[in-house]
Parts: sequence; structure tokens; C-alpha cells
Amino acid sequence: MGFTSYASDKENATEESGKDLKTEIKEYIQHHLQDSHDFSLFSYTKENGEHKYVGFPLPIILWDNGLKVFSSSKFHHGEEIAEVDGNHYKLYHSKIYKTDAHGAINYDEEHHPTNAKPLDFSITKNVVMIFITGLLMLWLFTSLAKSYSKNNGVPTGAGRFFEPIVLYIRDDIARPNIGEKRYKKYMPFLLTIFFFIWFLNIFGLTPLGINVTGNIAITFSLAIMTFLITNFTGTKDYWMHQFDPLGKSLPWYGKILLYIILVPIELLGLIIKPFSLLIRLYANMQAGHIVLMSLIGLMFIFKSWLGSPLSFLLAFAISLIEILVALLQAYIFTMLSALYFGFASEEHEHEHEHEAELSH
Amino acid sequence: MEKLLNEFSIGLFFWQTLLFGLLLFLLWKFAWKPILNAVNDREDGIKDALAAAENAKKEMQNVTADSEKLLKEARAEREALLKEAREIKNTIVSDAKELAKTEGDKIIKQAQAAIESEKKAAVADIKNQVANLSVEIAEKVIKEELSDKSKQLKLVEGMLGDIKLN
Repeated sequence: MGFTSYASDKENATEESGKDLKTEIKEYIQHHLQDSHDFSLFSYTKENGEHKYVGFPLPIILWDNGLKVFSSSKFHHGEEIAEVDGNHYKLYHSKIYKTDAHGAINYDEEHHPTNAKPLDFSITKNVVMIFITGLLMLWLFTSLAKSYSKNNGVPTGAGRFFEPIVLYIRDDIARPNIGEKRYKKYMPFLLTIFFFIWFLNIFGLTPLGINVTGNIAITFSLAIMTFLITNFTGTKDYWMHQFDPLGKSLPWYGKILLYIILVPIELLGLIIKPFSLLIRLYANMQAGHIVLMSLIGLMFIFKSWLGSPLSFLLAFAISLIEILVALLQAYIFTMLSALYFGFASEEHEHEHEHEAELSH
Repeated sequence: MEKLLNEFSIGLFFWQTLLFGLLLFLLWKFAWKPILNAVNDREDGIKDALAAAENAKKEMQNVTADSEKLLKEARAEREALLKEAREIKNTIVSDAKELAKTEGDKIIKQAQAAIESEKKAAVADIKNQVANLSVEIAEKVIKEELSDKSKQLKLVEGMLGDIKLN
């Protein structure tokens, strides 16, 4: 919805500015994929060339030799320089830079701004979305929990839809991967992360199109939690496996040479596992949004009886696939987290067998 | 990679971690714990109910088996009782018969004995009477005979003659 008005208006604007439509669309997609400091629903251009934005501003919180809090309306969607306590800030490609009073931005050779970036703790569009999703989940699942006590252990309403998913995560993700003995303590994390990623993925597909899970900071945060939980709950056997992967099968002098190579690989694996998690989710969601928006953008490029319906159909098909991907990525993230927790809670029984064999 | 690092926003990371941590904690406390507990309880309940049903079924089978056994036993007992009764009846009847027979025999014997003794008495009586009569007759005859001496001698002679003959 937002895009339509934006792009069709942009067409007129491009004629003036000289940029062609393809670049415009590319920039729009780039812009969309990034977080933004105000919650804009859609925008259009008035006949006199003035941009109109529909939405609401969000608070900007900066740490720049002291806490600075102000409304994002001061930026006027990046068109103006905000002056706070004698400092000037400019919004450039969704990032806040410290500038002089004129808003001059200096670039290096690769066209990257060299201006100082204050620490930005703003409540951005993504933060708002996380907050809304969090509230939704709280409401949904506390009411599900209440419906059990009210209804003698039988869920009602939306609970009937969500309960099988909760049970699926317990019975088909946590139990087989972590094991009957220890799966219980990981359940809250697995459930939360599954629904959190799934809901945010789905929200990303709504016309608001807020790309939260396609943001590296988000996936990094999620992956680092999996990483920390994996390593803090790791059993003795898990750490033994990290630093002594061959166990008692080799005398110590034989292991030294091997371990110079093996131990670093094992330790690297510790980091690669969550890293693959964060990249997978980020890349999938990012790519999905790019493909979807490019296909929608194609409609405006083709502008023909054949091309536009075709790209519409394609966009529709991709949307359906994306809905599947939204679920799939949430599932994969949860599944792999459970798998890593399973590694962390492994208890080697075969080592005892080895001992028994050796003692004979 | 550089683009990724450039895109990385510490603020967003901070808020995400904070909000997610908070969400995890709240859901843990108020949603997942009660939900998982309720589901567990329900599953345990179902398991227990199934086990109870299975037990009840077994018990039912046991009860049926028991009642069948009881019925069989009762039937057997009835048979036994009837048999016993029949036997008792037979023995009673045979005993009664025996008793009656012995009693009858006894009575008959007694009657016979009585008859015998009566007969003996009667015979003895008759003998006595006959003896008396014959003695009287003989007395009278002898008185008559002995009234004269010759006749007495003749008789003695006759008798002596008889003895000789013997």
C-alpha cells in the first residue's frame, strides 16, 4: 500500500531529479530493509513536490557525552538537521550522524560517511514492533495458560490452534534432540524463540512490512542467547568433548599432535554453530523481502498488460512461499537451537563402555 | 561482511536483548510453566484414566470369571446335594425296609414262639387231661377188675407174659 503511492509518485519525481525508476526502486527497497527512526505507514508527494508522510514519530535516545532524548519528528524524515543541547544530528541512510550546524557529511574514498556516530539507543520502528509482538505473545499465551485452569485442562479459542504447536515443539523438537532427562529446562526458551521469530516473520509480510528478523542485530541477539545457554548449561561431557575429543582412545603423547588441530576446530565449531544460525535467519528474511519487493517493483517497470499481471502473479506466489518460509525459518532456528542444547547436555555412555573394555 | 557490520545497530541489539529477555522471563513465569504443567497434568490424567480403564476391564473380567466359577461351583454343589439326598433317600428307604423286615420277622418269630408255647401248653394240658382221664378210667377199670381176685392174678400173669415176650 505504502509502496504503490510512493512509487507512482516517485515516477513523477524522477523525471525532475533525473534518476531513473530502477534506481529509485532499488533505493526504496534498500530503505525498506533498514530500520527507521519513525513509524511511517506510507508517504506521498504533493503536487508542489513536498513529501507527505503518514505515521508517527518515535523517541530518539542518544548517548553522546550524556543522555539525549528527543522526538524523531525533529529530523523531518531525514530532511532536516536536529539540534539538541547545541549538538547537531543528521539522519543519513537511517543512521544518525553528528554534524555541524549545516549538516555537512564528509565521505571517505568508498563514499562512507566519516562523521562521528553517537551511540544510538532510539526506540526505532523495529523496537516498537518487538514490543508489540512481545505484548501480543504475552496476551496470547497467558490467556492460553489461564484457559487451562478455567477449563479443566482443555484449551479454548486460539489456544486450540497454538496448543498443538507448543506440543509439537515439545515432542518433536525438544524431546528427540535434547533428551527426556534435560529437555524441560530448555522448553521456555525454545517456545519463546519459536513464536517470537515466527510472529515477527509474519509481521514482516504484512503490508506494514517491518523487516525485524531480517536485521542482523536481531538475529545476532537471538543467536548469542542460544550460544550462551548452550555453553552455560553444558555438561562435563560436553566440555570434555570440546577439549578432549578423542577421550581415552589414544594415549596422551599421541593426542598432542592431533589436538593442535582438533581442539581449535572444535572451539571454532562452538562459534560457527550460532553464527550459522544468525546468518541463516538474517539472509533468508532479507532475501525474501528483496525478492518480494523487487517483484512488486517490476510491476511499475513493466507497465504493460502482460508484464504487470505476470509480476503480480509472481509476487503473489512468492508471498505464499514467504509465509511458508516465515514458519520454516522459525522452525529451523528452534530446531537447531534444540540440537545445540542437545550437544550441550550429552552424557557419554559409550565412554564408560570404553573404560569397561580397557579394564578387561 | 563490511556491509553487515555497518548495518549492525548496537541500539537495536540492546533493545532486542532486553525486550526478549523480559519476554522470555514473563512468558516463562506466566505462560509456559502453567501451560506445560497443565498439558503434563492432562497427559498424566489421560494415562491414569487409561490405566484405570484397563484395570477396570481386567477386574470386570476377573469378576465375570469369578461369578462363572461361583455359578459352576453352585451347580456342582447342587448336583452333589441332589446326589447326596438321593443316596440318603435310598439308604433311608432300604434301612426302613430292612428294619421293617427284621421287625416283621421278629414279630412273626415271637408269634410263632407264642403259638408254639400255646400249642405246647395246650398239648400238655390235653396230655394232662388225657392222663387224668386215662388214670380215672384205668382206676375205674382196675377197681372193677380188681374187685375179684382171680381177675387180678390173671392180669399179673398176662403182664408177666408180655414181659417175657419182650
